[in-house]
Amino acid sequence: MSVKLTTRQVGDVTVVDAVGRITLGEGASTFRDTVRDLASGGHKKLLLNLAEVSYIDSSGIGEMVSGFTTVTNQGGQVKLLNLTKRVKDLLQITKLYTVFEVFDDEAAAVRSFS
Amino acid sequence: MPNDEATEARTLEQVLDSTLDSVDVAEEAVLREAQELGFDEDEQHRIGMSVRECMVNAVVHGNRYNARKKVHLTVSRAADRLTVVIGDEGEGFDLNNLPDPLANENLLRHSGRGLLLIQAFMDEFQIRAREPKGTEVKMVKYVGKAS
Repeated sequence: MSVKLTTRQVGDVTVVDAVGRITLGEGASTFRDTVRDLASGGHKKLLLNLAEVSYIDSSGIGEMVSGFTTVTNQGGQVKLLNLTKRVKDLLQITKLYTVFEVFDDEAAAVRSFS
Repeated sequence: MPNDEATEARTLEQVLDSTLDSVDVAEEAVLREAQELGFDEDEQHRIGMSVRECMVNAVVHGNRYNARKKVHLTVSRAADRLTVVIGDEGEGFDLNNLPDPLANENLLRHSGRGLLLIQAFMDEFQIRAREPKGTEVKMVKYVGKAS
């Protein structure tokens, strides 16, 4: 199974609920296209909910970083919500914990954008 | 607990095409061995991810999806360890010339984290030139050793 991404609005924050695997191939490209489409559509506050993401490889991490860079360069923000232990481990190993703001509570995450 | 049959030493060898499908094939083959050896779920995830990263390197960066080039997978298991060797037929590279993915100036690079993850997840990691051409990576995971 690749990744399935659905979006919903909470105020002016766009929450992206991801389910599945973000790995090289369909998963990573779906993720990339979705974030790019949102950014080009004027969505500047993105909250990526990764609670149901079972697997991210280095390509998936790369797409997260690229999405972060794209949105940040347009004056927006990308934050992460509900990381599994495995994804947290990946962010620690790669030092990306120092780049992304990470939340375990959606309401707190949404408030942090304002 | 692994049974006697599962811990019996054996070696599997496969020659795989340079496709992304081969990445899944290799990961599944190694995970079957890891499961039978008694690695827990988290360890299996780390092993599987290391194999995936290494296979992607071989297929994408080593063989560059060239249909005439193959990826060589060897999985050996003993009672106390799982050894995986993955070789490609590419042009090779100098490990010392790769950018450090943990350097501040490289944190936002799109790629370059695969080897870092393999080294974090496996107990032993060696990389060398493959004869007559290509790169060979050897990874070892010991049973019951926390990573």
